[in-house]
Amino acid sequence: MADASAPSASPPRKSLMQTLEVDTRLLGMIGAFAIVCIVFNVMTDGRFLTPRNVFNLTIQTVSVAIMATGMVFVIVTRHIDLSVGSLLATASAMMAMMQTSILPGMGLDLGDPWIAPLAILAGLATGAAIGALQGYLVGYLAIPSFIVTLGGLLVWRNVGWYLTNGQTIGPLDENFQLLGGIGGTLGTTGSWILGLIAVVVACMAIWSARRSRIAHEFPVKPVWAEAAMMALSAVAILGFVAVLNAYQVPSRVLQRDFQARGETMPEGFTQGYGVPYSVLLLIAVAVVMTVVARRTRLGRYIFATGGNPDAAELSGINTRLLTVKVFAIMGMLAALAAVVASARLSFHSNDIGTLDELRVIAAAVIGGTALAGGMGTIYGAILGALIMQSLQSGMAMVGVDAPFQNIVVGAVLVLAVLVDILYRKRMGAR
Amino acid sequence: MVDRSGTPLVELRDIHIAFGGVKAVDGVSVDLFPGEVVGLLGHNGAGKSTLIKCLSGAYRQDSGDVYVKGEKVNIQTPRDARDYNIETIYQTLALADNLDAASNLFLGRELTTSLGFVDDSAMEAETRKIMGRLNPNFRKFASPVSALSGGQRQSVAIARAVYFEAKILIMDEPTAALGPQETQMVAELIQELKKDGLGIFLIDHDVHQVKRLCDRAAVMKNGELVGIVDVDDVSTDDLLGMIIAGKTPDHLAA
Repeated sequence: MADASAPSASPPRKSLMQTLEVDTRLLGMIGAFAIVCIVFNVMTDGRFLTPRNVFNLTIQTVSVAIMATGMVFVIVTRHIDLSVGSLLATASAMMAMMQTSILPGMGLDLGDPWIAPLAILAGLATGAAIGALQGYLVGYLAIPSFIVTLGGLLVWRNVGWYLTNGQTIGPLDENFQLLGGIGGTLGTTGSWILGLIAVVVACMAIWSARRSRIAHEFPVKPVWAEAAMMALSAVAILGFVAVLNAYQVPSRVLQRDFQARGETMPEGFTQGYGVPYSVLLLIAVAVVMTVVARRTRLGRYIFATGGNPDAAELSGINTRLLTVKVFAIMGMLAALAAVVASARLSFHSNDIGTLDELRVIAAAVIGGTALAGGMGTIYGAILGALIMQSLQSGMAMVGVDAPFQNIVVGAVLVLAVLVDILYRKRMGAR
Repeated sequence: MVDRSGTPLVELRDIHIAFGGVKAVDGVSVDLFPGEVVGLLGHNGAGKSTLIKCLSGAYRQDSGDVYVKGEKVNIQTPRDARDYNIETIYQTLALADNLDAASNLFLGRELTTSLGFVDDSAMEAETRKIMGRLNPNFRKFASPVSALSGGQRQSVAIARAVYFEAKILIMDEPTAALGPQETQMVAELIQELKKDGLGIFLIDHDVHQVKRLCDRAAVMKNGELVGIVDVDDVSTDDLLGMIIAGKTPDHLAA
């Protein structure tokens, strides 16, 4: 046993996991994810865990994962949002029209560097406004969120349709397309630098949390446990970067690039893709949302309201305004997901984001967000989205028929919730 | 004895509250002096909790005025009540079960770092201090309050009121869910707070407890005030008579 070597200061012996203070639920999810990956890897003769597939899996997950982080807040406050897929479509339509007709009509040339940021801003504002409107209907007029967003599911899908007259709009602005995934990556050197920065930040976060506990004379983990956590996060971050860097840009694409610049490609020249901008965006969203959830009053009030709405209200929290804020955040994240989704396709179509609401809710729930409210984590939801996407694309690679794919995904969702209920019973919490 | 010569800490004057056609509180006036405990007695549905909720900001009265230290105040929300140093310990305790003791204690009034983030370590340290005074056996600082016993939950709710230096404390059946030992703890705490000059409204069913802990008792029936009596002037039977029959004891009826 590893912990036998540690000086046993406290009489009741702790297991290795307890000493490391690893979240067992997180461990279970990572375990489930690992099993899914390994099984598909065996069934596809090693094609599942290639850098190419890992890269694709990552960029396919981003859009749903971004929305799932917002859905955690919605579900934690005991609401639901069924409209995110349609909201994504409206935001996407808005941004597509901005790029192809509104901004050019205002005098900006196609390809102008201002087009992408202005279009994105308009999209985010649209998403936040729609979300806030739905939040107002739920919070102030007390219409159940299920009904408001079920209505929204129909309304926003068709507002998007109306905005574009049902046409597919494309191609989108070149700079805008950089956020789609394969079209915009950091490159290998940039990715390594980013990875190293992330490792330093992770280690500093672990260390400063420890310092703060020591300052208030709270018990802390042994130093080796902290070091182990740091090493673990370093391996995870750098391993992820290494895999994304290992995916080589096809040589004919490189050749074309060199030709476009009027140069000839040197013999044996290779280039890795590295971390896509869309993944950077997801990481940024995850960090911000985690900070909001854990370290801000807003996050504290969201969880308190989910745990006991009456108590929150009696504590002076404006739970109605809180509902508006939560839905506005959800709407803005749906718009952000719309950026990634439409940029990845390079055009806007009417059916963009169809059924995404179910994927997003499933990701949040598989990630351990309790529908009864008050419980959920951002990283869990992202991991949930990754598990869902792995299942889906793994089955497609193995050649499972389309109907069976959906049957399996549906069954997994129900099973995940059952496992979660059993786990909570065993842990004695509620 | 309580000095009732000065301005009352709180005065509720002619409060009316109706829900639909039902008069929950009908023209009730009560006052409370510093260092005094006033018991509110009555059946379920007599209107005690409703009356007190317009002081704690959970309800608005339809008519009638609230005075704090002689000044007329307008309490719209629980936040307003807190600004007047009115703290309430609700019967349901009003705790968010999924959060730990420190988060509950500071809910709505979090301590923040210079950057505006919630300062969990500082809040836990403060919680450890106050709990060391109120309930030295309390150890479960990291667990959500759903994992605590009834007494421990109660002490979190009390700590919340005491920590923020309440001047006026409202306790809605604070001992209803407690064992004898924990009830004793609450009784001792009330005596201690009284000494510090707080005014306490104690809502209770138990006439013995009211006689033991309170200075005066206000009895309500069907939304109306039956009478306010000095507990030393009445027997428990007199109090029961007021609660059940709604009539003031003969020797006090002028």
